[in-house]
Amino acid sequence: MNSRILHIATNTFREAVRDRVLYNLIAFALLLTGAAVLVGQVSVQIERLVVINLGLTAVSLFGVVIAIFIGIGLVSKEIDKRTLYTVLSRPVRRWEFIAGKFFGLSGTLVFNTALMSIGVFAALLYVSRHFQASDVSILAGLYFIVLQFLIITALALFFSSFSSPLLSAVFAFSLFVIGSFAEDLRGFAAMTHGATHWLATGAAYLVPNFSALNVISQVAHGTAVGGQLLLWNTAYALLYVVAVLSGAVLIFESRNLK
Amino acid sequence: MKRSRIAAFAALILVASGVGSALLLERVDESRGHATLNEVVYISSPQLLKRLSLGYDGLLADVYWTRVVQYYGGKHHAGGGRYELLWPLLNITSKLDPHIIPVYEFGGTFLSTPPPNGAGLPDKAIELVEYGIRNNPGDWHLYYDLGYLYYDLKDYPGAANAFERGSRVPNAHPFLKILAAQAAQHGGEAQTAQLLWSAIYQTTQDNYIRENALWHLRALKADQECTELQRIVQLYRQSKGHFPSSFVEMERAGLLRGVPTDPTGNRYQLDDQGRVFVADPENFPFLQKALPPGYVPKAVETIPKSKD
Repeated sequence: MNSRILHIATNTFREAVRDRVLYNLIAFALLLTGAAVLVGQVSVQIERLVVINLGLTAVSLFGVVIAIFIGIGLVSKEIDKRTLYTVLSRPVRRWEFIAGKFFGLSGTLVFNTALMSIGVFAALLYVSRHFQASDVSILAGLYFIVLQFLIITALALFFSSFSSPLLSAVFAFSLFVIGSFAEDLRGFAAMTHGATHWLATGAAYLVPNFSALNVISQVAHGTAVGGQLLLWNTAYALLYVVAVLSGAVLIFESRNLK
Repeated sequence: MKRSRIAAFAALILVASGVGSALLLERVDESRGHATLNEVVYISSPQLLKRLSLGYDGLLADVYWTRVVQYYGGKHHAGGGRYELLWPLLNITSKLDPHIIPVYEFGGTFLSTPPPNGAGLPDKAIELVEYGIRNNPGDWHLYYDLGYLYYDLKDYPGAANAFERGSRVPNAHPFLKILAAQAAQHGGEAQTAQLLWSAIYQTTQDNYIRENALWHLRALKADQECTELQRIVQLYRQSKGHFPSSFVEMERAGLLRGVPTDPTGNRYQLDDQGRVFVADPENFPFLQKALPPGYVPKAVETIPKSKD
């Protein structure tokens, strides 16, 4: 990574911290502590399951919300505040700006996820009194959640490069919801014929496949995540991110910022 | 007005309105009635719920299982009744996450137990546990639960079949083979029931199920003892021409070694008709034979605490 991208990424991370993004950790800690203490009293034999399910779901949802709401302002806010012109008047290329913003927000989300993961394991230790060998698969679940964040950050940045923050939020959130149904969408596409078949198949492959990245239920039951799935999901997420960021660069490069 | 005064005034209003709204909410709950708050399944389709959960179906299943426990526990504590939502809630929970084993273990019991202590839906209980077996074929406990459900229905071949299927699961407890043979040959006998409940008592990790098994075992023991005492009372009558007025008389006649006590330590009772029964039937929620004449069992609110 060149130094200009690194500088933009570092500043994006600092700005997110200044915007009190990490305050979500307080809500997360309260949620997990509450669940760890309460579940044993209101339910039967699912304490571990709830801590893992609730913990990973919260990590995922908190991250998705941060990725969307910070991501949609990454470019448009800089234009509104006119700070973009100061940055671009220096020897910084537009693609470097996009890449720096992406790495900055991704770094924020990875840092946030790392802290939340400590919380998940602490709550698990509290309810179980000990770790099990199968708990390692929780790390795979967390890794897939991070991959999910990378895709959403790229999408939010993509929409932010040509649209208003409000519309970007709507687009990014819609894609998150549609992406959660990606496997169903492919199922529907397989049932159609003719032109509809090609259109539906195209749409199914165009939207991000978030359902393949969601293994929360699986790891909650201690089922191991296969090495092949880790490899293919990583490759898929990285390629998808590169594709979306390339689209963002294309649009941003052709924008008239005067 | 100074800013500090405004702040103090705002804080006062905040506290007053906060407390007021909480109190009002209590009134609102009261006026809505209990049924409107709890006895509703807004979305009854598990498939639709799975879609709406956006992939976070594991957490939703946990929420629904907690709802099952609260629904059953609440009704049970209130003296039982009709558990109309039990099956839909359990069905949704199992479809959202088919791998939560307690859903089948406890859910099967909740469904099969006759009213007022359960839903009285043994067919649905079997359907639920069979679904659990299809999705968790390596868990022998589920075959055991299924066998018990059949046994309770007095379907001994069904019970034997379930135990036998379970015994073929790798790492299954060896007693499943014994249970299969017992259910096939001696279904309905007290000894088989005793074996079943002893197996539950020894293998379960859950305190509630353990306590439940213990009280079933005590009821079986009391039933067996009363049957035996009844036989001795008849022997006394045959030799003396009348019923004994007390167990002490039977002891004097050399038929007993002492005054017999039930598994909770209370003396058995003997009436003038020669009937033997327990002194406190409330201590034996699952008793069948040794109940006092005319006694109508109440809903089992909670299983009595073990004395040992």
